[in-house]
Formats: sequence, structure tokens, C-alpha cells
Amino acid sequence: MHGAVQLNIHHVTRVEGHGNITVNVRDGEIEECRLEIVESPRFFEVMLQGRSYRDAAHITSRICGICSVGHTTASIRATESALGIEPTEQTLLLRKLILHGETLQSHILHIYFLAAPDFLGAPSVIPLARTHTDVVLRALRLKKLANDLCDLIGGRSVHPVAMMPGGFTSVPTIAGLQEVRARLEAAMADMVATAELFATLDIPKFERETEYISLKRPDEYAFYDGELYSSDTGIHPVSHYRRLTNEQVVQRSTAKHAHANRDSFAVGALARYNNNFDRLNPFAKEIADEMSLPVPCFNPFMTTAAQVVECAHAVADGIALIDELIGRGVQPEPLVQSARLDGQGIGAVEVPRGILYHDYQYADGRITRANCIIPTGQNVANIEADMRFLVPQILDKPEAEIAQNLEMLVRAYDPCISCSAHMLDVKFVGKSEGEQS
Amino acid sequence: MKPKVAFFSFSSCEGCQLQALNLEDQLLSLLDIIEIVNFREAIDDKLENYDIAFVEGSISRYSDIPELIKIRNTAKVLVAFGSCSSQAGINAIRNRLRPEEANAMVYGDRAAWVETGHAKGIDEFVKVDYYLNGCPMDRREFIRLVKAAASGIPFIIPKLPVCTECKLRGNVCILEDRNTLCLGAVTLGGCNAICPAYGHPCVGCRGILPDANIEGMAELLRHHGASDLEIEHLYAMYNYGRISLLTARAASR
Ligand code: SF4
Ligand code: SF4
Ligand code: SF4
Repeated sequence: MHGAVQLNIHHVTRVEGHGNITVNVRDGEIEECRLEIVESPRFFEVMLQGRSYRDAAHITSRICGICSVGHTTASIRATESALGIEPTEQTLLLRKLILHGETLQSHILHIYFLAAPDFLGAPSVIPLARTHTDVVLRALRLKKLANDLCDLIGGRSVHPVAMMPGGFTSVPTIAGLQEVRARLEAAMADMVATAELFATLDIPKFERETEYISLKRPDEYAFYDGELYSSDTGIHPVSHYRRLTNEQVVQRSTAKHAHANRDSFAVGALARYNNNFDRLNPFAKEIADEMSLPVPCFNPFMTTAAQVVECAHAVADGIALIDELIGRGVQPEPLVQSARLDGQGIGAVEVPRGILYHDYQYADGRITRANCIIPTGQNVANIEADMRFLVPQILDKPEAEIAQNLEMLVRAYDPCISCSAHMLDVKFVGKSEGEQS
Repeated sequence: MKPKVAFFSFSSCEGCQLQALNLEDQLLSLLDIIEIVNFREAIDDKLENYDIAFVEGSISRYSDIPELIKIRNTAKVLVAFGSCSSQAGINAIRNRLRPEEANAMVYGDRAAWVETGHAKGIDEFVKVDYYLNGCPMDRREFIRLVKAAASGIPFIIPKLPVCTECKLRGNVCILEDRNTLCLGAVTLGGCNAICPAYGHPCVGCRGILPDANIEGMAELLRHHGASDLEIEHLYAMYNYGRISLLTARAASR
């Protein structure tokens, strides 16, 4: 008998930030299925008011420690577009390289520290250090490489120091680039081992097709820039981003929800993989093949696999970018100055969890209006739609297992809650007596 | 018995927790001297007793206060973890607006749903044993503090300005050399002057030294061409609480 399930998971663990899942099922019907973001709001739009274009990236970097390079990049790109600043070729190469560093560090953290314990049946990565020592050492090695790459380019991986509108205040040495290049080369074997590990994991069989939105470029797997692309409606200019996010404030949740063509859409590694598979480098495609990851893939639990593919891409493309930098030589360059002090600009960047938008209006070099739309806010409605689809399929399982499945689903999206509110606990609101197991 | 360590997070970017996770080289050896019992960013277990609590983030709503007090009552050692926690940090920039105004600006006509107040450092509500300053906190200081706390030795940060480390490091002074406004002279060191080392001014993330001459610093910045607004914004980046002091003193003169 399918009675009533009331599930409340308060503060879902192993996600960045605070979130609650509430599921309420009566007579086999879902009455309520909700993901709440309970982080206290941070008011970045308020903090930016009146600030100089030189301060914007420093402040918005603090929206999220995990994607601080991404926020810095989106912020700088919004400012540069508003004020007519054209960065140099060297700056573009360095920015793409540091973004790969952050994608790698964030994905490795999610794959090994947050998701892998679920699949290996451990409460965290800590006991894995004893039972799966080689796995943990590999994770730490990859993570350290990613952070060292960010340190080399930006001065610091959490909240980079050297990134400014117009360029870098400090550039890496050739010797530093060569050292990281050698470690990226060695990391290719670690990526193959990561894919092999992932191929052995028991990923829930679950599929729900949705609208996938990402940036797209004809010439590369888009991270740094590109046009907007929806798997439903095709290419859109970035200036139409509000139509593809359609922000709404939802009660109880301090992050803003978003929807585009359907009631919900997905951004992030799986969306990018589905939309841009053909632009992955050959090594990343090999890794996808190793894990038998289909294209497109409609299983949100496979987001983690798409992250493995993107790590491989970041490693191989990181090597290519370093070769280009070494080939042309790296010189300190003065910051490119602004052409004007008034204007509006949007920076849309693919950060680990999806598209990040910064949109600023400037008057006299100072921000008069700012809007930041972060990826997790865009994904919340889609996570809820997945939960509504998944819950009836697992309703006859014990409550603890339902809760664990839902937490895994939410974690698969790698929600970065601190930046959503600017999220996670599953709240079951009650399986009826006969159902208690 | 290894001391039990717990991490908590209020209004923050969680970058300080990430800095701790980023200690790849030393993570496993740290686990030989401490036991981590609460770290929502990385583990499922949520234990209710612990010895050392690292509290990240600012307090910005009433509903956070009981949780903070519970943490204080449980932990033997309470550490303010990063500048959001130790001095309200970047979050305090918004304190120039009343909370209702800030809500209305971001959430429009649904502002009433959102509960929030001014951002405050945690020592406005509870006693803090140690401060790990910085945005983000410094990893070497974190290790030093964990080792000290695990063996019961006091943890001390020398009260020297960033300039001292900057000069020792042999950086070119960007204030003198390029008229780039830098707060290194009045900011608590310990970060090894990382920002000037990468060509970026110190913006005071580790907090203004308690006895610093902030008016004199403002004068020096003016001398380097700074406008009053620029000085206010520089101080307000991480030290909003100190500018109200600056203006109050100016008004009383
Ligand atoms: S102090 Fe800085 S890095 Fe640490 S949580 Fe606050 S904003 Fe993030
Ligand atoms: S650059 Fe800044 S921190 Fe360094 S010596 Fe000059 S004023 Fe001091
Ligand atoms: S140099 Fe200044 S702003 Fe930079 S980390 Fe040190 S105290 Fe913070």
C-alpha cells in the first residue's frame, strides 16, 4: 500500500551551503516536493551599488569560494563589455587556463569528496582514506594540481588576486608554467583511472529528459564565453539571458528560481556535455567512451560522469593553452584602460555548475545597477521536477533509502548553495504507520 | 584522545572552509592529530559534541543567534574563521543600508519574505577564543592554530602590519611606486603580503590593526590622490565598522 510519506531532510550534507528537501506524499500522490535554500541572503546587488569598476570583481568573487575564479571572470567580462575594454590575447589565454584550473578543482572535489562516498557506501571521504587509500591519494593529487594551477595564474585559488578588468596585475613565469604542464601530463593517467573507477560504480537507473542550456561556440567547448544555446530553442544572443532564466523569487527560499522554455531546465556539466559534445578534445571523448556515457544523456545522476569528462578536457586543453603561452612568451602587460565610464555589459561564463551571469550598469565608472544569476538558482526547479518524477518510482523503499536517494539526486547536481543565496536538509513530512520500515 | 573539530558556516561564501579542504598535502597528517566531526561541506556525520569549533560567516539574522550560542556552549575553543566571522568582512558593505531597504532592492515586492538584518562579526554575540583573519583565511595560520589548539598551547598572531612582510618579501611598493591605494600600513599582517606580491593593493581583509592611525592613513592616501569617496570605499571593503569610527571622530573635531 502506498500511504503517506512525509520526509524532511534538514541541512543536506556534502553540498556547499544549507538546503532542505521536503517531500509530502499522501495516498500515493505527491502533495509537495520542495528544495529550499535556507542560506541567509548576502545582498551582493546592494554591496555593488556605487562601487568603482575596479572593486566589482573583488566583491563578487566573495559570492562563492568554490567558483570564485568564475565569479571574478564573469564580473570582469561584464565590466569590460560595459566600459569598452578589450583584453589582450595573452590575457584571454591566461583566463581560459585559470578557468580550467577551477573547473578541475571544483569537479574533483565533487567527484571524489562529495559524490564518491555515496557510491562507495561511506559517510565521507575520511574513512575512504583507510579503505581506498589509492583513490584518496589520487583525488588529493588532482585537487592539488588544480589549485596550484590557479595559484600560479591568479596568485590564490580561493579569491584570485591578480585578475582585474583589463588584464593581470602579475603573470606566471615560464618555469612555473612548465612545472604545471608536466603535472597535467601526468594527470592524464589519473583521469583514465578516475574514469575506470566511475565505470565500476552503481549509478541509479533514472532518466528524465529536460531542456539543457549552456554557452556554445563553433570553435571550442565553451567555458569562457559564447552564445546562449538551448536544446529546445537553439541559439540566443547573451543579451536575451533574462528570457532564458526568467528569474522568480520563490517564498522560503533565498535563492531565485528560474525557467526558460519549459517549467524547468538544466545547466551544468551534463547540459554542456549534451549541447557541446562534438567540441570536446579527443582525450575527453575517450574518457566519455571509457565510462560508456551516451550522448545525449538524460540521467541527472550522470552529471558526475560528465564532470569526469570535463576534467579530462580541462587537463588536455590546459596543456594546449600552456604550450601556446610558452610558444608566444609571457610578458607583463599594463592593464588595458577603459574607453568610457558609462555603459551596460553582461558577462556570461560557464562555471563548474552552469552558466553564471553578471550584468552591470555603469555611470561615471561606478555601478548603478547589478544583477547576478548563479547556476544553482537556475537548476532548483529542475531538481524539484526530477524529485517529483523519482519519488513515485522509489515509494515502496524504506524511508531512509528514499531520503538517501533524494540527497544523492540533489548532490548529483553539485548545488553550490552558498552562492544560491546567495541550500540542503531532506524533510520527509511522514510515512503512514503501515509503511514504517 | 584526539580533539574533535567541527566546522560551522553562517553568512559566507564558504571559501574559508574550502581553504581548509585545499590543504591536500597536510590533510591526512592533520587527521592524525584531530578528529573532524562536523564539516557539512565534506562529511555526513553530524556529531553534537566537539572541542574546537571553527565558525565561518557573519551573523545577519536573528534565527542564527541561538545556533551560534549553542556552538559556543559546546566548544571548548571557538575560532572566528575568516573575516566574515571575525569582523563581518565583506558582508558589512551592505550595512550602510537599513535591512528593509536592502531587502526591497534585491527581492522587490517579495522583500517581506526574506528575514535579514545587518551583518555582524560573531564576537558581537559570543566570546571568541581565537581569530583567523583574512578573506580567505591563511592556510599556514590555520595549521599553526590547529596544532597549537590540539596540544593546548596558545596561538598568537604578531600585531605587525602587512607593510612589514611586504618589505621583507622585497615587493615593489605599489603605493609609493604607482600611486595605487594600499592599506598595508594599517592592516594586520600574517598573509605574507600576498596581494602586493601579485601587484594588487592590500584592501585590509585581515582587519585594521586595533591601534592603527586611521586618520593618518587617510591623509597619506589623500596625498596619493585619493578622493574621500575612494578612501571610504577602501575602508568599507572589509572594515565598515571602522569607517563609522573615522567619521564619528571627524565630526567630533
Ligand atoms: S572570509 Fe572571505 S573567503 Fe572566508 S567565508 Fe568570508 S567571504 Fe568567503
Ligand atoms: S605595497 Fe602596500 S603593503 Fe606593500 S609596502 Fe607598499 S603600502 Fe605597504
Ligand atoms: S595583503 Fe591585505 S588584502 Fe591581501 S590578504 Fe593580506 S591583508 Fe588581505
